[in-house]
Amino acid sequence: MIELGQHAAFIVWSYAGVALAIGALIAWTTLSARRADRRLAELERLRGRARG
Amino acid sequence: MTIDTTPKQSWWQRFAHPGEFTRITRPWITPLAVLTGLFFLAGLWFAFFNSPADYQMGDTVRIMYIHVPNAWLSQFVYVVMTGSAIGTLVWRHPMADVSMKVAAPLGATFTTLALFTGSLWGRPTWGTYWEWDGRMTSTLVLLFIYLGIIALWRAFDDQLRAARVVAVFTLVGAINIPIIKFSVDWWNTLHQPASVFRPDGPTMPPSILTPLFLMFFAFSLLFSVLQLKGIHTEIKRRRIATIERQLVLGAAKAVTP
Repeated sequence: MIELGQHAAFIVWSYAGVALAIGALIAWTTLSARRADRRLAELERLRGRARG
Repeated sequence: MTIDTTPKQSWWQRFAHPGEFTRITRPWITPLAVLTGLFFLAGLWFAFFNSPADYQMGDTVRIMYIHVPNAWLSQFVYVVMTGSAIGTLVWRHPMADVSMKVAAPLGATFTTLALFTGSLWGRPTWGTYWEWDGRMTSTLVLLFIYLGIIALWRAFDDQLRAARVVAVFTLVGAINIPIIKFSVDWWNTLHQPASVFRPDGPTMPPSILTPLFLMFFAFSLLFSVLQLKGIHTEIKRRRIATIERQLVLGAAKAVTP
């Protein structure tokens, strides 16, 4: 790792904040997609049963 | 009309069908995600191990490699939303309002990160976390516009009605984009004028431009992956809402004598 100089804390906080926010955004997108997949599969099953 | 004489659909028409859109674009997500990861790895390697400290900013120049892409995306995402708003109002394109809805939280995140990294860069460089200059104030206004748009989407149950209201609001808010862009030319500001995209070429050396461009592409690709994935999810959510309505109607008919 390179030496980040006297303002290292500002650099580290910037990258940590961005990594955290981007990580949260990716997790939110992935979890929303999975939740929608599960709900859609459940409803398709229910609809199939309702049609008999 | 037979199958041979049926006119072929243009890509614009094919993309208008949610199922067809998902079928065409789903295979793009994994390669785009891999490419995004590679750009991030290369960008971070250059940012920390293969780029010098700036002669004026020192090592805080490394914050620029995440600040500039987020600032660029904060405006670009709004331009995408403006295009989608026009698509919703003028052509009633079924995918336009889906794209508009999915982009808003992404734009809000990139704008927040632009402000966050900008203030952490400003403290050691300018001596202050915040200054009410044209660029920072108009970017803060952009964040409020994004938050307003997200709130508007949530205020309506009928997403098709919401789309038209949000589209008008988005078009009105688009006036802020040229204000952000040209604020550094119009008013006295701590921000420097454009230094990358200039008619006479960038004013930065290649050693700083390389990590900047790599991170710029990494963040832009990340936006395209999240936008596509979000559109697919929103299409599913609308299908879920339709099936739920059908099931409720079916159940109501079954109990009605």
